[in-house]
Amino acid sequence: MRARRKNLWLVHVGLLLACAGFALPFLWMLSTSLKTLEEVGDRNRLAMIPSSFAWRNYTEVVTSPKLDFPLFTRNTLIIAALAVAGNTLVSAMVAYGFAKIRFKGRGFLFAVMLATMMIPFPVLMVSVFTIFRWIGDNTPIQMLGTFKPLWLPFWFGSAFSIFLLRQFFMTIPDELTEAAKIDGCSEWGIFFRVILPLARPALAVVALFTFMAVWNDFLGPLVYLQRPEQYTLALGLQTFQSAHGGTRWNLLMAASVLVLLPVVILFFLTQRTFIQGIATTGMKG
Amino acid sequence: MTARERSELARGLTFVSPWLFGFLALTLVPIFLSLYYSFCDYSLLERKPDGTLWPVWIGLENYRNLLGDAEFYRTLRNTAHYAAISLPAGLLVSLGLALMLNAPIRGQAIYRTIIFLPSLVPVVASAMVWMWLFEADLGLINAILSRLGISGTVSMEWFNQWRGLQGEARVRDFALPPQWLVDDRLALTSLALMSIWGIGHTVVIYLAGLQDIPVELYEAAEIDGAGTWRRLLSVTIPMLSPVIFFNLVMAIIGTFQVFAVPFIMTSGGPARATYLYTHYLYDNAFTYLKMGYASAMAWIQLLIILALTGIAFWTSKRWVHYQGR
Repeated sequence: MRARRKNLWLVHVGLLLACAGFALPFLWMLSTSLKTLEEVGDRNRLAMIPSSFAWRNYTEVVTSPKLDFPLFTRNTLIIAALAVAGNTLVSAMVAYGFAKIRFKGRGFLFAVMLATMMIPFPVLMVSVFTIFRWIGDNTPIQMLGTFKPLWLPFWFGSAFSIFLLRQFFMTIPDELTEAAKIDGCSEWGIFFRVILPLARPALAVVALFTFMAVWNDFLGPLVYLQRPEQYTLALGLQTFQSAHGGTRWNLLMAASVLVLLPVVILFFLTQRTFIQGIATTGMKG
Repeated sequence: MTARERSELARGLTFVSPWLFGFLALTLVPIFLSLYYSFCDYSLLERKPDGTLWPVWIGLENYRNLLGDAEFYRTLRNTAHYAAISLPAGLLVSLGLALMLNAPIRGQAIYRTIIFLPSLVPVVASAMVWMWLFEADLGLINAILSRLGISGTVSMEWFNQWRGLQGEARVRDFALPPQWLVDDRLALTSLALMSIWGIGHTVVIYLAGLQDIPVELYEAAEIDGAGTWRRLLSVTIPMLSPVIFFNLVMAIIGTFQVFAVPFIMTSGGPARATYLYTHYLYDNAFTYLKMGYASAMAWIQLLIILALTGIAFWTSKRWVHYQGR
């Protein structure tokens, strides 16, 4: 490895350049969000530090009549909470079946499940929409124009989460579950009392990813939500942008910072688990 | 089947039943439903004389219409153009970054965090930021370029004369600094290059793959006198090939689905230069409410993706090396 050490300064330079490029959009977003409209509109003023900090951009965004920030946040959180609860619990249950019960056809079903991850969402979008529409027309349960199409599917587990949890459950030694079985524990008892407590880190990763998926989702709300008072933050932000016609960049950036902030905070709180979760995805090759 | 096997089957199916139901109701049935719709006239706009909205079988007409639909070809071409830039650029940049981030250097954790962070940005927020950065007049990129004295126009006259182009076919001059999202010849490329910003996920997967390569291989290569490049080409790349392959397949699938960024940033414009396949599919389904036509598009998309991943799998025998298999 000694020969490589000489080249390390080159790596440093490369990474510094790359990081500058990757960080610049963040810094500029933050900077613009604190500038007055006058400063934003002056192409000769390119300071990274605003000449005067216009914190009221943020209050203006949160209280803007064009972007009901508190309501959109509430909507997004409701959908996210229901999706996270369902996906974490149900995916763990299914993953347990795939990891710890040796039933006939398990390998086949698991392969089918992995294959579904490859199906692009747009391919299913149209017919799933018509199914939800059909349910609304033929049962008392309304689907279109409600939050249900956005969280209900998570209550059947998601292939990605099941895969992630199954990989984790496989690392739990079978002796542990066998011992519990000998002690007279039922399959459900093992699942709830042995597996779930051990799987807390993996469950956290799944909860986190589900939350982010809902928080970031744009196409789903666009297709299923009809009235502005149901909008999620992602959809609301886009409406806000078209309403302002791309002129009030300081407000748009302030709103973007607010949408981005929870994700970034969550990431820093859970950095390690998070990265491990993503790394596992690539390991099925 | 023994009693024990039966009981295991029952218990196993109980545990996987939610997924199984979801798979049937939200994946398997929809796939075949959309195949059926693709052979139907299924407009949610016009009620049939009896007041219903049921799909009506029209055979291959949707597919025939698609083959004569200029917009279909345009969006297909645009998507291919987008993929031709973002796929290789994404794979190369993320591999390069992962190799650098894997080196034993100080500040590694900070570098990794900065590279990864943009991939977390919600797509709407990143669309906003890049609209602002690309803004032709006030945006940061062009403001910096004008400060560097880059302004005026790039004349394409030489090109027009060289190719003998006349009238409509003449290539217009390029403005400087470039009119990123406003110029229909640059907009799609701008969007494709922007996609590199969100590459963090791929980098993390590469990094995990790199850390799995046994150190002994490098030591052996070094003893054999292999330099940095030789080690990269003969150890790192072959050992990493399964991960590269995985990322390639995921990228093929993902690129074809790109929707939100062009939808928000350019609404498919200017002059439909950034109108992508999924956007046109969405418009057919939810703007024109032509569910049958949209389903035909969905099936063609599925077949194209299957063909591309099929080619990737087929060639993979030559360049992907699975350890111990």
